[in-house]
Amino acid sequence: MWIYEKKLQYPVRVSKCDPMMARFLIEQYGGADGELSAALRYLNQRYTIPDQVIGLLTDIGTEEFAHLEMIATMVYKLTKDATVEQLKAAGLGAHYANHDRALFYNNAAGVPWTASYIQAKGDPIADLYEDIAAEEKARATYQWLIDMTDDVDLQDSLKFLREREVVHSQRFREAVDILIQDRNTKKFF
Amino acid sequence: MEEQYYAMLHELQAVDFVLVELNLYLDTHPWDTMALQQFNEMAQKRQFLAAQFEQCYGPLLNFGHSASPHGWRWAMPPWPWQV
Amino acid sequence: MNQFRVYCPFIGPFDPCPPIREKVYSTPPNLFLGFQPPGLPQFNAHEALKLGTLWPALYSPYPGKQT
Ligand SMILES: [Fe+2]
Repeated sequence: MWIYEKKLQYPVRVSKCDPMMARFLIEQYGGADGELSAALRYLNQRYTIPDQVIGLLTDIGTEEFAHLEMIATMVYKLTKDATVEQLKAAGLGAHYANHDRALFYNNAAGVPWTASYIQAKGDPIADLYEDIAAEEKARATYQWLIDMTDDVDLQDSLKFLREREVVHSQRFREAVDILIQDRNTKKFF
Repeated sequence: MEEQYYAMLHELQAVDFVLVELNLYLDTHPWDTMALQQFNEMAQKRQFLAAQFEQCYGPLLNFGHSASPHGWRWAMPPWPWQV
Repeated sequence: MNQFRVYCPFIGPFDPCPPIREKVYSTPPNLFLGFQPPGLPQFNAHEALKLGTLWPALYSPYPGKQT
């Protein structure tokens, strides 16, 4: 089961009301390479993967939910007190018509999240390579998002999330190393 | 929220982050006894810091993983995205 | 190690926009480290949180787009 902890993994500060940036950030909320996709991908793959890497998938999957909460916090803060006029000007008129200021699992173009963003092939190598690719894609998305804002506080949180993708990718690469090792040969680490 | 809230929270976030890092590392390096020892030391430190924080600002965990000795503070604000 | 690589996109004679002469892409340390060796130097807890990793060997700064 999961226990909720009433704190963010990393502090999230935003220094100005910027609904336009919220609209772009939602890519990492309900987009193909976003945090929801990541969490669900890893937590789903773990049922059909060798025992040596189940712990890693469980833990990274759990951390992704913490990142999802950070993205939600950014979007919440960036839109909380924006006027309808500001939302319309930011290109969020269609969103407002459907959701008011509620968050929704869609990407920056408004396309709703779909399970086809994530794969589960049941082949450990295929699945881990997908995970490595997903981490690199998320890293790239964070780069483009960092490029799109001049809010130093927001950039700070986004840089933290980008770095986490680097570390996750590292661990998934190690997971592949573990699984391709011939168990009959001696470990030299 | 007062300054102390952020200071204590930040202290806990820092220690918890080291634990996240060591945890993922140990998932692929279970034989690294030095890292394991560091993990266990940090886990103790986090218990202490979390207890201190909860004393001032209420439970961090739901479902009884944190006790709630001073009334039902769990469901009271602030929530993480509000601070 | 330099964590970025550069390439020069082809510039066509009829490209309508002013050309971007150099494109930069990120090559973070996880591409080079291999299986992380034990005992690598660590950041202290506050630095680690701030930078997003416990190990300098995995730290990948991203300054944002220069152009
Ligand atoms: Fe990740």
